[in-house]
Amino acid sequence: MSRIEQVFADKNHKALIAYVTVGYPSLAATLEIVPVLASSGCDIVELGIPFSDPLADGPTIQRASYEALQQGVTPEICLEVARKLRHLVNIPLIFMGYYNPVLRYGPEPFCSKCAEVGIDGLIIPDLPPEEGAELEGLAQRQGIDLIYLLAPTSDDIRIKLVAERTRGFIYLVSITGTTGVRGALPEDLESFVAKVRARTRRPLCVGFGISTPAQARRVSSVADGIIVGSRIIELIEEDGTLANLRAFIGRLRKEIG
Amino acid sequence: MRDRELPDEQGYFGPWGGKFVPETLMSALAELERAYAEACADASFWQEFDSLCHHYIGRPTPLYFARRLSERIGGAQIILKREDLAHTGAHKINNALGQGLLARRMGKRRIVAETGAGQHGVATATVCALLEMECIVYMGVEDIHRQQMNVFRMKLLGAEVRPVSSGSRTLKDAINEAIRDWVTNVRTTHYLLGSVVGPHPYPMMVRDFQSIIGREAREQMLATYQRLPDYIVACVGGGSNAMGIFYPFLNDHGVKLIGVEAYHSASLTVGEPGVLHGTRSYLLQDKHGQVSSTHSIAPGLDYPGVGPEHSYLKDSGRAEYVAVTDDQALEGFQMLCETEGIIPALEPSHAIYYAALLAKGLPREKVIVMNLSGRGDKDLEIVAGAMGVR
Repeated sequence: MSRIEQVFADKNHKALIAYVTVGYPSLAATLEIVPVLASSGCDIVELGIPFSDPLADGPTIQRASYEALQQGVTPEICLEVARKLRHLVNIPLIFMGYYNPVLRYGPEPFCSKCAEVGIDGLIIPDLPPEEGAELEGLAQRQGIDLIYLLAPTSDDIRIKLVAERTRGFIYLVSITGTTGVRGALPEDLESFVAKVRARTRRPLCVGFGISTPAQARRVSSVADGIIVGSRIIELIEEDGTLANLRAFIGRLRKEIG
Repeated sequence: MRDRELPDEQGYFGPWGGKFVPETLMSALAELERAYAEACADASFWQEFDSLCHHYIGRPTPLYFARRLSERIGGAQIILKREDLAHTGAHKINNALGQGLLARRMGKRRIVAETGAGQHGVATATVCALLEMECIVYMGVEDIHRQQMNVFRMKLLGAEVRPVSSGSRTLKDAINEAIRDWVTNVRTTHYLLGSVVGPHPYPMMVRDFQSIIGREAREQMLATYQRLPDYIVACVGGGSNAMGIFYPFLNDHGVKLIGVEAYHSASLTVGEPGVLHGTRSYLLQDKHGQVSSTHSIAPGLDYPGVGPEHSYLKDSGRAEYVAVTDDQALEGFQMLCETEGIIPALEPSHAIYYAALLAKGLPREKVIVMNLSGRGDKDLEIVAGAMGVR
């Protein structure tokens, strides 16, 4: 059982997954934020590798990504940050990033370096299973989970494909759209989760658009975990002391049980 | 057009192509693939396309022997494929019409598109007016600034032009934003991509719609000159006009194919393999895999990627790719104005310069066909600025 899978071993415990962009607002901040997330109740942290063309992301993560790149953050630096964080926290760490920087680094050296610094999983939003065979094999060899996504538009064939190929959990994209804070989640979210649930025993974590405790509670009543990203970036921007972030994560933890 | 070997079922031209998109779009791409395959098998779809190509776009466009240009150069003969005479002033309308008809078949009445030079945006807005569809065009603010006239044209045609101020604020970023819109509104919207780039089936589909250029040119050469050309020269940004004229000549091995890139956005000439906008192709990027900001005087060539089939043709050696600077393109621009009374767009001005250079070193009996992919009205302000005229 991988470290990520262990998070889901207790069915009554809902996973709280947080996303941060590495190097935003600074590298020092990332080294401070991730331990705060872990100590306030996050089960997994996604470390975003900034990319010049983040086409699955909304304005908040685009901005964070752009600023991080301005500061010279590279995949190599992200790996070094992960290495440092591995000594500071015990929870699983996942890299979330677009495919081109991985391709440029070299999928094989990238996966072995990930394993070396203590990365547990990868989420590559522009790499569907049809294109993922190579990276999947390399990741598996290094004991890293390549996590695939499903969307409300995914049909039965795709659900089956992703369920077979994903490792760790399935990332359910709550809405058709990009990442970012939204007033409301779609009405058919529960039926989407149920549709996938009926076809797989893999843990299901829902992300995109979750920003309030009420949304978190609603989603966690059907899913095995929730993923929060843009709202965390906003809280980091609003309050550099991280007190608000700590309170927010604590609140989510309480809401989802 | 309708029988083809590449791409394969997964959308690959050798190692190039594929579908590197968010999961949300995978079903939409499958739906598009199915709809296009059905349309391909439906004679009435092509009848309507051909009929509108003729009566609406004004096809076939002339194949015009540029006598004075050829004389001035004093080498090979240069013949122009006059896509600048197509309705809306560029080849972009061929693809916009094809995809517009396809979107209508699919029951999608909301169209999003990206545009760089504005030519694809104008073509899309035109087709949407014709087919009574809602049209939203994403355009980088840098391009909005330098292609004002096309912005106004799009608005006149009923399109909404949405400025994009992220990244380099040019074509690449307009595509990012169009994809984000498509991801969000995928159930009701067709993304009318304007070049042979993007995920499968776009590179294949856009090539097929644009290959009318090459089919006509081939027939016109045989009918008028009883021979095929020795060279075909076309400019390459994403590569749709080049792919359109190259494709019907791929099996004519005596015909050399040359793609001309802009010097500071020359993906094929100096790029490295990468993935951008859903496809694996040559890409301008830094050593960390971040996509480079490009610059060209021709907004339509200002793109760090290129169609995957061009990468395939480069690797196989079937086509050759070269790069031309802004100044050289301006030289080509002026040469055509002066010798032929034709004001070309800045994009094909790159090809004009290279065709002239090539012609100079060849004997008089050689023939070069140059794809004059668009007219230059839209560029007058840029050219005036570059020439110091205000």
